[in-house]
Amino acid sequence: MQAVSKKVLDRARELMRDGTVSRVAGWKAGEFFYDCEPALFETEESLKDLVYNRFCAANLSKFLITNDIASVADRGRTLVLLKPCDTYSFNQLLTEHRLSRDNVYILGVGCEGMCDVDRIRALGIKGITGVDESEDGKKLTVRTLYGDGEIDVDGVLVNKCETCKGKAHKIFDELISDNEEEGPRGDRFECVRELESMAPAERFAFWQKELSKCIRCNACRNACPACSCRKCVFDNNASGIASKANTDSFEEKLFHIIRAFHVAGRCTDCGECSRVCPQGIPLHLFNRKYIKDINEFYGEFAAGEEAGQRGPLISFEAGDREPNSVSDKGGD
Amino acid sequence: MAVNGSVKKIRMSDLDRFFSALSLTQKVYLPVEKAGQYDYAPWEPGVSYDPEELHTVKSAKGLFFPQSEDLIKYRREGLSLAIGPVAPEDEEFVVFGVRACDVKGFEVLDRVFLTDPVDTYYKARRDHGTVISVMCPKPEETCFCGTFGIEAEAPGGDVQCFITGEDMLMEALTEKGEALLESVSGVGNTNGDGALLPAADETDLKAAEEVKEAHREIMKKLPLAGLTTEGFGKDADLLTLFDRPEWKELSATCLGCGTCTFVCPTCQCYDIREYDTGRDIRRFRVWDSCMYSDFTMMAHGSPRPEQFQRFRQRFMHKLKYYPDNYEGAFSCVGCGRCLKKCPSSLNIAKVMKKLGGADND
Repeated sequence: MQAVSKKVLDRARELMRDGTVSRVAGWKAGEFFYDCEPALFETEESLKDLVYNRFCAANLSKFLITNDIASVADRGRTLVLLKPCDTYSFNQLLTEHRLSRDNVYILGVGCEGMCDVDRIRALGIKGITGVDESEDGKKLTVRTLYGDGEIDVDGVLVNKCETCKGKAHKIFDELISDNEEEGPRGDRFECVRELESMAPAERFAFWQKELSKCIRCNACRNACPACSCRKCVFDNNASGIASKANTDSFEEKLFHIIRAFHVAGRCTDCGECSRVCPQGIPLHLFNRKYIKDINEFYGEFAAGEEAGQRGPLISFEAGDREPNSVSDKGGD
Repeated sequence: MAVNGSVKKIRMSDLDRFFSALSLTQKVYLPVEKAGQYDYAPWEPGVSYDPEELHTVKSAKGLFFPQSEDLIKYRREGLSLAIGPVAPEDEEFVVFGVRACDVKGFEVLDRVFLTDPVDTYYKARRDHGTVISVMCPKPEETCFCGTFGIEAEAPGGDVQCFITGEDMLMEALTEKGEALLESVSGVGNTNGDGALLPAADETDLKAAEEVKEAHREIMKKLPLAGLTTEGFGKDADLLTLFDRPEWKELSATCLGCGTCTFVCPTCQCYDIREYDTGRDIRRFRVWDSCMYSDFTMMAHGSPRPEQFQRFRQRFMHKLKYYPDNYEGAFSCVGCGRCLKKCPSSLNIAKVMKKLGGADND
């Protein structure tokens, strides 16, 4: 990781210096070693704070549209650092015409899996002040206010990285990576099968427990690259459903299920929803369920695999499944 | 801590019995794990207190100022419409395990809700709630309560507790606290060899002092121990702070979600909405977030159309407007929840370092 990291930082500086790009969308060193924040670097001097390490999980694709930086041509080109999984989101945003390709220069950055400080904390480690990665990238030495210890990187990966879709970038102008060949890791639908195998009452209880933790902060929606609407229906006071809170348990479920349906067929499984949820709700399970169903109904499809795809839910073929086959699948 | 009989002790292993005894007359809320996250929930048999867990995800403010609460109910019956206010809460309850920062958070809310015009719903819950604080175990790197003058070793509330190994010392600080401990004085311990809450002796008090001293040493080593409020507060120049160009850069990647405001123990803004089921309408109030695009929306539109303005509002409120309104008191207690939870890793510590006194860098 360190080797790639150094190259990435050097190359970003070069591209800024030679005028290829006017700004860099990357990650900035945070208050601690683990809270690298998405950031825009407008000057070469400011790039001293640019970092690329194990704690740069945030998907920068969404930030390109949040700030409209990639839709305004007269602001010059923006260099964006994209990890393999982030490129799916970028393609999807291109497909939805939310980005202008010409305004962005993509530096594909190799990734060996991102770490989640909350998972380090979940091991009972408190007061974390630093980490050192072993040469082979398999171990982390964690420094804390209460002493040091060693942990396995594999045990503290961000949820989405545990079942990585593969190390190949789907879109880029330039690449700095040494593991493009690696394919998917693990079976990302195993967790869906577990849910499917539950009895309806058990599954309901599972979701009830998880979704009742929701505080309707909208972090999942706001971080989601597939939630690309300029104004969300839940923010529209005239819609009758913009009530800001879980006024009852029905609404709690409604919000997440509507959102999951809305992004079905467009969700690239980037995992941002679960990563940002302050309450640790495994929201990606909804999306994976729909991805799995779509694969089974219409054949394998990966949103964001390439720009301009027409997904199965927005195209029609005479042999398409009838809606009742969907309800049959849901059990009773 | 004085030996006047007001300090009791209880075996950690007897805590369940303590909760059980209190639960006979009132609900006892404590940090409870649910699907991997700690939040306040009522004690029930089978729930036990985890002394290692530093913070609940949400603060305890929701017990006094719930995320949503009904104010008025309307119901249509044929041609008539019944309209009724919802009575404020009048049941006694206990909140156990609150940390020093969150106890101070209640004081921040008190200044807003208990000064004229008094918020009757909030006041009812404050009047009926008894706060039992517990000195935090290992503070996290994200903690900075000291910045706001909070003494973690004196967590406060109606009763404050200190864990000394196998025992927990309970010190009543108010009459309400005294009465609460008194109410279980007749209960025996699990072993059946004495009272559940015997008086603490000299040795116990000495042990508590040692625990506090060790805690003070750790507080000094926290990464944010040097963070100061210099440059903010009552004496800072409002417009100079408001017009600082850094606000744009600080907020550049704010997603406009409400995470920081909803996990915050001191954010107190709310909206009033109606929920129409077709037959019933409930008018309720609900936590609002200054990060939202429709916050304080008026007929002419939003007074803060851009995200950087909303971001600025939140920190100006905590560090300047609130101190101006309440004799210099800040409305941040340094609990560090926003440091842990912001999806973009933006937070008040970064703001204070960027805009505050030179010592913060």
